[in-house]
Amino acid sequence: MFSVFEYILIAVYVAVLLIVSRWMGLQAFSWMPPQATAEAQRVDDLFSFLVSIGAFILLGLIGVMVYAIAFHRAPPEDYTEGHPSRGDARLEILWTATPTLLVVWIALQSFNIYQQLNILGLNQIVHLHTPQQEAGGKGAGGRGNALFQMPLFESAPAVAATVSDAPKPASETIDVFVKQWDWSFRYPNNVTSNQLHLPINRSTRLNLQAQDVIHGFYVPEFRLKQDIIPGRKIDIVLTPIRPGKYRLKDSQFSGTYFSLMETDVYVESLAQYNQWLTQTTSSEQTPINQAVAENIQPPKTLFNSGWYTVTPAQPGIANKRKLNNDT
Amino acid sequence: MTHDFSQEMIEDRESQNQQGNTWREYFSFNTDHKVIGIQYMVMTFIFFLIGGLLAMLIRAELLTPESNLVDRPLYNGLFTMHGTIMIFLWIIPFNAGLSNYLVPLMIGARDMAFPLLNAISFWILPPAGLLLLSSFFLPNGTAQSGWWSYPPISLQVPGDQFINGEFIWIVSLVLIGISSIMGAVNFVTTIFWMRAPGMTFFRMPVFVWSVFSAQLLQLINLPALTAALILLLLDLSFGTQFFKPDENGDPIIYQHLFWFYSHPAVYIMALPAFGIFAEVLPAFSRNPLFGYRSVAIATLGIAAISIFVWVHHMFTSATPGWMRMTFMATSMLVAIPTGIKAFAWTATIWRSKLHLETPMLFAMGGAAMFIFGGVTGVMLAATPFDIHVNNTYFVVGHFHYIVFNTITMAIFAAIYYWFPKITGRMYAEGWGKLHFWLTFIPANITFFSMHPLGLQGMLRRVSSYDPQYQGWNIIASLGSFLLGASTLPFIANIVGSWLYGPKAVDNPWHATGLEWTTSSPPPRDNFEEIPIVTRPPYDYGNPKYSVIVNSDNSE
Ligand code: HEM
Ligand SMILES: [Cu+2]
Ligand SMILES: [Cu+2]
Repeated sequence: MFSVFEYILIAVYVAVLLIVSRWMGLQAFSWMPPQATAEAQRVDDLFSFLVSIGAFILLGLIGVMVYAIAFHRAPPEDYTEGHPSRGDARLEILWTATPTLLVVWIALQSFNIYQQLNILGLNQIVHLHTPQQEAGGKGAGGRGNALFQMPLFESAPAVAATVSDAPKPASETIDVFVKQWDWSFRYPNNVTSNQLHLPINRSTRLNLQAQDVIHGFYVPEFRLKQDIIPGRKIDIVLTPIRPGKYRLKDSQFSGTYFSLMETDVYVESLAQYNQWLTQTTSSEQTPINQAVAENIQPPKTLFNSGWYTVTPAQPGIANKRKLNNDT
Repeated sequence: MTHDFSQEMIEDRESQNQQGNTWREYFSFNTDHKVIGIQYMVMTFIFFLIGGLLAMLIRAELLTPESNLVDRPLYNGLFTMHGTIMIFLWIIPFNAGLSNYLVPLMIGARDMAFPLLNAISFWILPPAGLLLLSSFFLPNGTAQSGWWSYPPISLQVPGDQFINGEFIWIVSLVLIGISSIMGAVNFVTTIFWMRAPGMTFFRMPVFVWSVFSAQLLQLINLPALTAALILLLLDLSFGTQFFKPDENGDPIIYQHLFWFYSHPAVYIMALPAFGIFAEVLPAFSRNPLFGYRSVAIATLGIAAISIFVWVHHMFTSATPGWMRMTFMATSMLVAIPTGIKAFAWTATIWRSKLHLETPMLFAMGGAAMFIFGGVTGVMLAATPFDIHVNNTYFVVGHFHYIVFNTITMAIFAAIYYWFPKITGRMYAEGWGKLHFWLTFIPANITFFSMHPLGLQGMLRRVSSYDPQYQGWNIIASLGSFLLGASTLPFIANIVGSWLYGPKAVDNPWHATGLEWTTSSPPPRDNFEEIPIVTRPPYDYGNPKYSVIVNSDNSE
């Protein structure tokens, strides 16, 4: 259905598209916040790849539409047909095969990168369960046999052999306790703080535990995110590689003061980290919990509904004793 | 289906045919699928305006980093109501209305299979919608846990109040669900059994294919949502603990049930939009729909695959690795039938004779924006990338490219395209084009801006944010105010043309399709005589549609 001229036109167009979309893919790195973990580098590589392919498809199809608008307009009263073809088996096979191949390629690429991340460990243990079950759940594979796991999903298909839920061993383990609307962290030497300090270049396991509702662990510069489900212990393993101060945010909507649930994250050298740990034991800081402050003294807004809000839990530090015996 | 009308009814119908539809009919219980269709479309448009006002309030709050326009509980109520209204009281029921109007006409039937059930499906909606809105006047306001209503957050309501926003939210959604199920039974039966002689499945317009597929999804998947909502209601008000983690319940089960419906819901909304593109693009490019058969089959294919992808909404939830990878694979499969459609639209336009009237502008604009939304959709299916942007504005941007820039644009295309058929009058072309540009440009300004925000890590559902995000937020908010303003020329055009527009001929676009063979507006029983179908759909090469004897549409 094409003339020679059209074939040349299409070839040139595809060549230009390839160049432009590759360029967009390279640009994509700068659309993201700085890469502060080893995992972030992998995720950004994937994003760049996705942008390249996406740009190719998008510009390709929209280009054809724009071309038609520019060159194929009909005079107002001309209702005769444009082209008589109702289909073309070769073309249809081509455009079924193209997305299929692209999708397989994208899926393989994503699968690879997911494996390299190796971030997640799910100990799907219901909170109130007995210690021995908890211990059992921490074993290989990390799947406890608690009642409330969906049996359907228990029997993992073949992929399970390659995608392990047991995260790689970490050199550091920090407990993360989260509740409406407060973060607190317990370090190996039992220090509890509202700041997250992470030693650089060491893989750290974060042991995530929520008290009331579902929250989410998210630092944009880390690229990783994990919901924290009350009643389940979920681990995430990450390796910070860039010193600095970041913001930890709650990524799962958690009620009235959701937006205020942020805290500072410091990535620092092992020496600084250890120094901070020893300092903090001696000097207790009293954190200002914004949600508590706002619950007492709401900001002046133009419209005041005065609707119901859950009262924020007491700040983590005041609860230190309670936290220590596992909320 | 029963053809034994009493003499009285026949006389009644004949007198209606002569008078045309009166205004009073539209406010009363009526079993004519065309009246019901219009009732749906007008009512849902009012909800669209309400939902749009809520969106503008949300965007006004997000103009500045601080929380200073509405207090936080109200903000949470606003986005909950906005999302709920836009999905359950705008797009889904609008599609039901449009399908109601068109399907019997397109397949050559006199009415839907169960006219009475049809009317009941509609009349459940206004009370359900009003009930939902009434929760704004409760002392503790509307539901505040987002349209997902995930437990445990949705179970945190003031303990001493039995009737609270969440309670009302659940009850209205269950009612809307009942209405949808009744509608689905009706559509599937009608399309299966009521086709005119000669209207084989492969002579059906793609719009009918998409309604068929979408309504099958309603039948298969909606019960999961209903179950989830009923269990949630029991937890909320009657002390059960299905989803309460501190009492051995499991909130993740809710997520599975919820998304088992709410992912396919995306296609319940999008498939009719694709159907609209498949009608409008051929008519205005004067080409048969390229690859009709593959497009028809792809429609069913999309519906089938979309049942098995729901966990992609839970990649960051308590989802083990194997499940993440399995559902990444299935989610990506959707790109194949969807890709077939996008290529077919493009090939239909290629080497065509384009007529860029308003319906075509909206259809081409919508189709192009769908490609953008589809590309970001495949990105989101890639688990490692989704983990970064999940619950950020990247997702909000992506799904608004689908729900607004694709589906709502398709709906506008449909309104303009079938306006002459429905009302018997022509709309004003200049106003239509103005409406298009006022929609297309601001919609892209508004929703494109959300992507960089999400990549940078701005979370959705926040009422205040870090100052670094303000730039794109201002752009998005200004765009959204323009978008709100764009409905004004539309309303002026539609109301004015309906009342005073020039009379339309039966087939102003020289389109194929049975609905164009009857008068505008069609008589009570749709056709003087039930047509017999002998030709393939999209028969644009046929001189009947291309050689104009009557160019009396120039009026
Ligand atoms: C057909 C039209 C639309 C549909 C179907 C729709 C649908 C939705 C849905 C389902 C949500 C999610 C609510 C939630 O997070 O629980 C949402 C959120 C939102 N929508 Fe729309 N919407 C539409 C139009 C608009 C328009 C015109 C704007 C104007 C800017 C807009 C702005 C927003 C904003 C700002 C949010 C909040 C995002 C968040 O905080 O999570 N929407 N919309
Ligand atoms: Cu939270
Ligand atoms: Cu989905």
